[in-house]
Amino acid sequence: AENEPSWETPCTELLVYISTPGCDGFPSLDSKENYKLSVSKGSMLLSAETIWGALRGLETFSQLVGRDENGMYYINETEIVDFPRFPHRGLLLDTSRHYLPLRAILETLDVMAYNKFNVFHWHIVDDPSFPYESSTFPELSKKGAFNAMTHVYTASDVRTVIEHARLRGIRVIAEFDTPGHTLSWGPGAPGLLTPCYVGKTPSGAYGPINPIVNSTYKFVTSLFQEVSTVFPDFFLHLGGDEVDFTCWKSNPEIRAFMTEMGFGEDYKKLESFYIQRLLDIVSSLGKGYIVWQEVFDNDVKLRPDTIIHVWKDNNMQYVKEMANVTRAGYQALLSAPWYLNRISYGQDWIQAYKVEPLHFEGSPKQKALVMGGEACMWGEYVDVTNLTPRLW
Amino acid sequence: YLSVSEPVAVLKAPEVWGALRGLETFSQLVHEDDYGSFLVNESEINDFPRFAHRGVLLDTSRHYLPLKTILTNLDAMAFNKFNVFHWHIVDDQSFPYQSIYFPELSDKGAYSSNLIYTPADVRLVIEYARLRGIRVIPEFDTPGHTQSWGKGQKDLLTPCYNGQQPTGSFGPVNPVWNTTYDFMTMFFKEISSVFPDEFIHLGGDEVDFSCWKSNPEVKEFMKKQGFGTDYAKLESYYVQNILDIVSSYNKGQMVWQEVFDHKAQLKPDTVVQVWMANNYAHELSSVTGAGLTAILSAPWYLDYISYGQDWKKYYSVEPLKFSGSEKQKKLVIGGEACLWGAFVDATNLTPRLWPRASAVGERLWSSSNVTNLQDAYKRLRHHRCRMLSRGIAAEPVFVGYCAHEA
Repeated sequence: AENEPSWETPCTELLVYISTPGCDGFPSLDSKENYKLSVSKGSMLLSAETIWGALRGLETFSQLVGRDENGMYYINETEIVDFPRFPHRGLLLDTSRHYLPLRAILETLDVMAYNKFNVFHWHIVDDPSFPYESSTFPELSKKGAFNAMTHVYTASDVRTVIEHARLRGIRVIAEFDTPGHTLSWGPGAPGLLTPCYVGKTPSGAYGPINPIVNSTYKFVTSLFQEVSTVFPDFFLHLGGDEVDFTCWKSNPEIRAFMTEMGFGEDYKKLESFYIQRLLDIVSSLGKGYIVWQEVFDNDVKLRPDTIIHVWKDNNMQYVKEMANVTRAGYQALLSAPWYLNRISYGQDWIQAYKVEPLHFEGSPKQKALVMGGEACMWGEYVDVTNLTPRLW
Repeated sequence: YLSVSEPVAVLKAPEVWGALRGLETFSQLVHEDDYGSFLVNESEINDFPRFAHRGVLLDTSRHYLPLKTILTNLDAMAFNKFNVFHWHIVDDQSFPYQSIYFPELSDKGAYSSNLIYTPADVRLVIEYARLRGIRVIPEFDTPGHTQSWGKGQKDLLTPCYNGQQPTGSFGPVNPVWNTTYDFMTMFFKEISSVFPDEFIHLGGDEVDFSCWKSNPEVKEFMKKQGFGTDYAKLESYYVQNILDIVSSYNKGQMVWQEVFDHKAQLKPDTVVQVWMANNYAHELSSVTGAGLTAILSAPWYLDYISYGQDWKKYYSVEPLKFSGSEKQKKLVIGGEACLWGAFVDATNLTPRLWPRASAVGERLWSSSNVTNLQDAYKRLRHHRCRMLSRGIAAEPVFVGYCAHEA
């Protein structure tokens, strides 16, 4: 036929060369994801320093392959040298506001890989439910899950997620958010949460974790001991956001403690008192930590390698926050303009795309402290029925 | 009328359509206990809808919707006692309706050759709907929203001009040529026979006059007709002709509100669909004040998504809250939840429509004093879980879980 393209030698093989071989490890914040892709007639070569870079290159390669009207696969001559701008490119899923079946999580990991995301931030428990099956404290999910038989993540489920992620070069960073956002912990851990008071009598309601009793720290140590073993990534997300002080204020024992410690009426000091001890516990377990911005805003003493997660977005206040966090010498992650759960009509991807994470006042040294960011899909209105089309 | 007692439950209805509604209610009364037994409480129910026209609009032009999606949606509609499927089948972007008389329309106008609705597909939808007591009212929107028609039908659309030269682009249907009306006569003959419902929706919304204004023949025609520079008069001239054509096939007509607003001469049984959100209560007064029947969609554009429990604002609409006599209020025969397709296709249709549309469904069926949001919230959550267990991927109302997840 006329005008048929002259097909070159059919390409049947992509050679993958990795200079630091090894497929058994886990990706980390320091992993090198660079790769080079070279497609010419007669040879296709993908080279990378690490397996993680090779995975990114394979994704790109798969996107370069086209198909014509006759069903023939083809690829253009190409020369690519690629590497990520930011090393931490994450996605947050919330499995407490709504349970997400394993298949939804695994599918999300697949799509993350198609989009070169490399961190799955698993906001696994919160106020409404505790789906994480703890081997140390089985009562937590038994009493705290929406349904202890059907709406839980067993140890095997968790392992499946971690491995599925690893094979795609995705780190799993678990978040056990405390001291707030812990209502579901109460039923399975009596004495953990602060009993709220109305005058002199307990109201029956509970508030954040009780920061003044030793049992709290014993519990937290044991739980995070387990969590540190279950989740192989160096980092754990410890939460620390939106602590409501009303219940603490109502509790006479806590008020007495405040006086004893000389905290006055500044409950931020009490919150910091708790967080400080939590951070020390987690450090001693050999883990690094990520915390929501309140922990930084409330002047808690943090280890220099703490990562601050910037999420508040009232009138672009995050721009200032990014400057403050990095000026104080901490690494930062940006999520504030990327709360994808906040849907609106139209092509809202444009606003997300226009965000420039380094658009804040600061020195180049400061800007280098921005590790990346995370798109967040909070679960108040999201479950498996609408997760995928809402996220992608 | 539904009476549940031992040893036999009885469902009585004057027509099969009532029996379908009663069966739906009965199915909702049946519940499962902790041991897996199915139970139903002794009940006595006398039920009837407040409004006769309770519709859902789907748009299959901005995005093609596979048959499966349409049929699943008809199921969901039946679970919510909706009884009208307003099929906005073609528009500017694509023409998926395979016409028997004018096969070129979809040949050239569909997104691609497999993204069409064949006559068999259409028959399937109509029958599937009928078995659920749902009327299918097709909308062939003209003279605006017709870009895709021009691909398969030469000389249907108005050529736009720049001075004396055609620009190459086209505007609304050309109202001055006889061939337009010859085409429409044949086209609506087919539509009238393909779609059995008494009503056809003729559109008539958002007609952009700029192309007409640029066209010398149209300008000439305006002069001849004495329309001056009032292009609304030209639009009405066109619309009236179409209404006459469709009337001659013994079909009733539904139109968007502009047709009324621009003062076309409408037949007394024309149904006007009020869709513009700005002061729609006032529009309802005007339409019913002129003695015409109205259906309300303005506050129920479900494609306008926003964060949070927006079902509450749909539920809180009171369709008859406008100034008018009792007689006028009777002319509001119902409403429609609209899911325009600019950002919707099979990947997200079901969770976007449901259970938000359920709020509209209850508003249109239940009596005007059923307005308690806390009570509705509880029942809506339960209903959403019920839809899930029936295979409708309705999205969550708020934090929580269903015993049987998707």
